[in-house]
Amino acid sequence: MNVGLEHYLTVSAMLFCLGLLGVILRRNVLVIYMSLELMLNAANLALVAFSRFNDNLTGQTMVFFIITVAAAEVAVGLALIVALYRKRQSAHVEDLTSLKL
Amino acid sequence: MILPDALFYLFAFLTLLFGALVVANPFSRNPVTSAMFLVLTICAMAGLFVLLNAFFLAAVQILVYAGAVMVLFLFVIMLLDLKEEQRRKINLFGIVTGSGAVLGLGFLLTRTIWGGDFSQTATPKVIGDTKALGLELFTKGQFLLPFEIVSVLLLVAMVGVILLSKKELK
Amino acid sequence: MSALLVLLLPLLAAAGIALVWKKDEEFSAQLSIGAIALGFVLSLGLFAFTPAKPQEFAFNWLAVGDLKISFGFLLDPLSKLMLLVVTGVGLMIHIYSRGYLHGDRSFSRYFASLSLFTFSMLGIVLANNLFMMFVFWELVGVSSYLLIGFWFEKHSAADAAKKAFLTNRVGDFGFILGILLTWLALGSLNFTELASALDGKALPFASLVEPLNRLVGSTNWWTVHPNVLATLVGLLLFMGAMGKSAQFPLHVWLPDAMEGPTPVSALIHAATMVAAGVFMLCRIFFLLEIPGSHALEFIAWTGGVTALLAALMALQQNDIKRILAYSTLSQLGYMVMAVGLHAPGPAMFHLTTHAAFKALLFLGAGSVILACHHEQNIWKMGGLHDAMPRTWWTFRWGTLALCGVWPFAGFFSKDAILASALEHKNIPLFVLGVFVAGLTTFYMSRLVLVAFCGNARSEAASHAHESPGVMTWPLVALALPTLLAGAIGIDAFIAKALPSEHPSPNEGLLNNLFAPFNHNILAAGFGLLAVVAGWQLARTLYTNAMSDPLPEKIGVFAKMARDRFYFDELYAWLIRVTQETLARLADWVDRWIIAGFVVRGTHGTTELVGRVLRLVQTGSLQTYAFLFAAGVVLVLAWQLLGTSPTH
Repeated sequence: MNVGLEHYLTVSAMLFCLGLLGVILRRNVLVIYMSLELMLNAANLALVAFSRFNDNLTGQTMVFFIITVAAAEVAVGLALIVALYRKRQSAHVEDLTSLKL
Repeated sequence: MILPDALFYLFAFLTLLFGALVVANPFSRNPVTSAMFLVLTICAMAGLFVLLNAFFLAAVQILVYAGAVMVLFLFVIMLLDLKEEQRRKINLFGIVTGSGAVLGLGFLLTRTIWGGDFSQTATPKVIGDTKALGLELFTKGQFLLPFEIVSVLLLVAMVGVILLSKKELK
Repeated sequence: MSALLVLLLPLLAAAGIALVWKKDEEFSAQLSIGAIALGFVLSLGLFAFTPAKPQEFAFNWLAVGDLKISFGFLLDPLSKLMLLVVTGVGLMIHIYSRGYLHGDRSFSRYFASLSLFTFSMLGIVLANNLFMMFVFWELVGVSSYLLIGFWFEKHSAADAAKKAFLTNRVGDFGFILGILLTWLALGSLNFTELASALDGKALPFASLVEPLNRLVGSTNWWTVHPNVLATLVGLLLFMGAMGKSAQFPLHVWLPDAMEGPTPVSALIHAATMVAAGVFMLCRIFFLLEIPGSHALEFIAWTGGVTALLAALMALQQNDIKRILAYSTLSQLGYMVMAVGLHAPGPAMFHLTTHAAFKALLFLGAGSVILACHHEQNIWKMGGLHDAMPRTWWTFRWGTLALCGVWPFAGFFSKDAILASALEHKNIPLFVLGVFVAGLTTFYMSRLVLVAFCGNARSEAASHAHESPGVMTWPLVALALPTLLAGAIGIDAFIAKALPSEHPSPNEGLLNNLFAPFNHNILAAGFGLLAVVAGWQLARTLYTNAMSDPLPEKIGVFAKMARDRFYFDELYAWLIRVTQETLARLADWVDRWIIAGFVVRGTHGTTELVGRVLRLVQTGSLQTYAFLFAAGVVLVLAWQLLGTSPTH
């Protein structure tokens, strides 16, 4: 059986699930953030695969934009983590429960 | 046509393996290890991109992600000077329910993917090299405005980061 | 249009006093008196120079669907006579009030209220439809409330005002129901139209039977009969009269209303307002005498019972005003009884003469009260006939008229009522009427003998002196009709509006004087006999008596009469029981249904939901992430699992 869209999408889905698992289970904010990047990349993979098998470049253009936005997002997110760490001296989510008043 | 298929399975395996090691490394709980495995994941994924004829994106993936973004991560990790994470009490209930939800999601996605009809017609001819993508972005006119907006977004992100990183953040 | 002027003058006076000249006491009194004096003159003109044929003029007031209500006047002999009574007696009382209330703090307020009352009363008299009559009916109630509670600093006065108002509410409730039923059945409220609609119609309320039967769910053996409806309408309308004219069992407010100033008692609670009920009954008499209606029988017996009960209660009262109040009740009972005996003419006749002599008696009582420094107990008076000659003479005339002594006015009107009872073959009521006449003479003689004759029984009484002219001249002016009203042909005048079985020919003064004897010697004879008997009994008991000998003679009955047969206590008990039951019920509903179920239920549910939702709100990022993922999974599962994959 030739490698087709299904295979790429399956890889993408599994990667996405891995990322989600990390987001839910890991306690370190930085690792959670990395897991988020994983999920983002999974989406990218799916888009590139769509682009390839639909025979046009729109999906890749989309991925190009996503990478740009992700770069910006990472910058801001990491800055927030740094600011948070300065305040709490911890990068552990169980210490960051100020959402509960 | 056996080589590309073999390469796909190789890169797919590597991507998933490294991804799993990012999320849960049985040997180290250090975030630096996670970060290094994320770099490897991204590189493996770049290989997948190449297999999909997205050459430009494969390059960008390595340059931006593995290069810039991960350097940023590593810088922050070192900046925060994180100690080895203490083993805290494992929330078994959380692990079970969380894994359950994720497995459910995975099941649903796979089921949908393999249940779909993706029969291809001719062999795809599209090549995602720099020239093609550049023409797509800049000549047809439909992506010009978003492109400019993204540039502004980057500027905004930069300003935001500077503001957030100032010491006297209240 | 002069009728409109008569009506509006007092209103203008009241408004002027209330809004502009409140500070100027003397001027407000003059304004009020001037308005009613002008009204009296105009009424005299109307009485003398307008044709007897009923005149009606009206303009539309409001129209709601089929209901068209006009604001209009009906000028017939009935209303013309009442105009004369109200303005005439009212004028005397206005003048008298200037002297009686001299120096009172709220002099202007008094005259404003008095003018308002006159306006409302004239409105009732002139109204050409039931709705307008009801509006003024209520206005009369309001102004009566204001006047009874005139000295509202006194608790008893304020309570009496409330009692009068509330008791009248009960009657008015029936009245308005009756009005509504009338309108439903006959489609009009105008008296003339109603009368012509009813003329010769066999079962006028038949149109209401069908919907009512549907409403109550009739069966073969039980349906609403038109006659029942006719009776019901009559009784409901009579309820209004019951309240306003203080008929048993709504009579309790009138004696308490004596807390108001004495001229008010004279005007409102003797001469005019309480007569409004009787006037109303005469106005709508055609509604009551529908063939098949049994309302009149009930009305007759209610009147009779009221007359008897009130006369018995009057026997043992010691307050001069209360004696007069009970006698008013008793006389009103007479009038209502006359209406019930198919004799509205004699009822109106008695109303007219009663207005004159009862106003006279009340004003005389006021004069006595003032002379004795606001002492109202007759056992603390005595020997006043020397000190107050003018009051004494006029009071005595009034008493003679009330007792029904020939040739005073009361004799003729009372005789007409007794004769009607005989002509209607209602022997029980005739006997009752004669007996009440005897009682009347007895208690009035007791009043006169104790208060005016004998020796002074208190310091105040011994230093009493005659009241000023502003008070005594109205007495004299009222004494004149007291003597003459019986024989000058008023009954013949009324007969033009209310044809009655009792003929009242107008054949000159001399013939009129002896007409009762020629017409029905039995009624006249028994009436006079009752008077003589009452007088004899009172004279033996009360001449020079220092205290009441009656309680020793009739024992517990005297105490019952003094305590008004415990009607007030009975009503208080009834109200207390009802109120307590209702209060308990309301308390239960409040405690268990409203507070328990509705309030605590809502708040409990909200709190429970809140508690449950709070469990979700952990503050932990990852819990949120988990919930988010779980939510996504659930939504996807719902969306995807339902449809089978497309193979």
